[in-house]
Amino acid sequence: MNATLRRTPLYERHVAAGARMVPFAGWEMPVQYDGVIPEHLAVRADAGAFDVSHMGQIHVEGPAARELLQSLLSNDLDRLGDGDAQYTLLTNEQGGIVDDLIVYRMNHGHFFLVVNAGNREVAYEWLKEREIRGTEVRDASDDYALIAVQGPSSVQKLGLPDAPPFTHAMGEVADIEVMVCRTGYTGEKGVELLCPAEDGAELWDAVLQRGVVPCGLGARDTLRLEVCYPLHGNDITQETDAISAGLGWTCALEKDFTGVETLRQVKERGPERKLVAFVMEERAIPRQGMSIERGGEVTSGTHSPSLDVGIGMGYVPAERAAPDTELAIDVRGKTRRARIVKKPIYRKET
Amino acid sequence: MAANESYPDDLRYHPEHDWARVEGDEAVLGITWFAQDALGELVHFEAPEIGATLTQNASYAEVESVKAVSDVIAPISGEVLDVNQKAVDEPETINEDPYGEGWLVRIRLADAGELDALMDADAYKAHVAEQ
Repeated sequence: MNATLRRTPLYERHVAAGARMVPFAGWEMPVQYDGVIPEHLAVRADAGAFDVSHMGQIHVEGPAARELLQSLLSNDLDRLGDGDAQYTLLTNEQGGIVDDLIVYRMNHGHFFLVVNAGNREVAYEWLKEREIRGTEVRDASDDYALIAVQGPSSVQKLGLPDAPPFTHAMGEVADIEVMVCRTGYTGEKGVELLCPAEDGAELWDAVLQRGVVPCGLGARDTLRLEVCYPLHGNDITQETDAISAGLGWTCALEKDFTGVETLRQVKERGPERKLVAFVMEERAIPRQGMSIERGGEVTSGTHSPSLDVGIGMGYVPAERAAPDTELAIDVRGKTRRARIVKKPIYRKET
Repeated sequence: MAANESYPDDLRYHPEHDWARVEGDEAVLGITWFAQDALGELVHFEAPEIGATLTQNASYAEVESVKAVSDVIAPISGEVLDVNQKAVDEPETINEDPYGEGWLVRIRLADAGELDALMDADAYKAHVAEQ
């Protein structure tokens, strides 16, 4: 294993538990414990825990913090009160996506951003270079451990009260003080627990002692793809815009923010291509980079453990992006049929 | 559930983690315990057509886990007589019983002399220990 890879505060726990460790975005992370499929199904049916301490945390503070972020982030920050959270995009001048992130409002002069591991430096530098008088941008990624606990039983197993999604509050798990965020990347009810890095391993142990199944990044990817949450670097990049990616709902086009003119134009004339979700109709597993015949490319693909079929997302020409449209995907030289479906691919039976 | 690690004495092994069980002028082929363990839970077996020609040391099929796809290398040359439909329909069978129910194809040997290039179980175990 590459000696330059970074390790989270839970690294020793993963190794001791026999997790399979792999390099991911410069970090040495568990891809699986017992197996991607049982871990995935545990989250859908009960509760699973993920070490996501590799993600970045950035504080934006000061009397002008709101003003700065309102001009750099796509979503409308003014919809947030103290204790609220929001999915939003950091956009570039061309309307491309520098990163997708969650912003937590602590108070009117303090916002907390959780950004993708692979974009930690890029996002921090982007914000830092654009600081204005009355703001301070601070990378605090090394100060924290972050543990996602997801699944229908997750909140109850942790002994936490129920709360609406996209809120946050301080709380305690096994006498450890944590910031309890009602957010996640699985499509299930759940929380993300933020604590000081030095408490991370103890918190991890406490979560697992409550019968939560440890899960790796493999299951995190299959879970997010089933519910069509985009992955930055795959489905959205600095070269793709939010409208084409189906993330127009995260863009407050009536306000001014970086790249808004381009996004308004794309919205007005309609995108040339759209990010669609699809399900394989023949036995095959789509993978990132495979071409879709008549113009298009797979941006994410995997085997869906919930549906037991190949699934994916990809860009196709807008005129052929409607649900039920048949796609032909080049799977290593063999053409395999797929069908566009309405997002999300997986819906919980109610 | 996954099988326990084993390398039966009656098989011949290829360094790319494939096995052959020779039965007269035919052979049954599959992947070893080591290969299925390294790949993880298999979710797809892209099988060759019946009648296809296998060439020793060349890929003749693919197996896929959730995360990755891997070529299956032919330990010996021959013509495909049969494909294990159970491995196609329920690829997890390959994890559960890699030398039994999880076999991949049956072939007619093109050149029995090629068997000399394969390892016995002890040599293969030593090979795996170096991985």
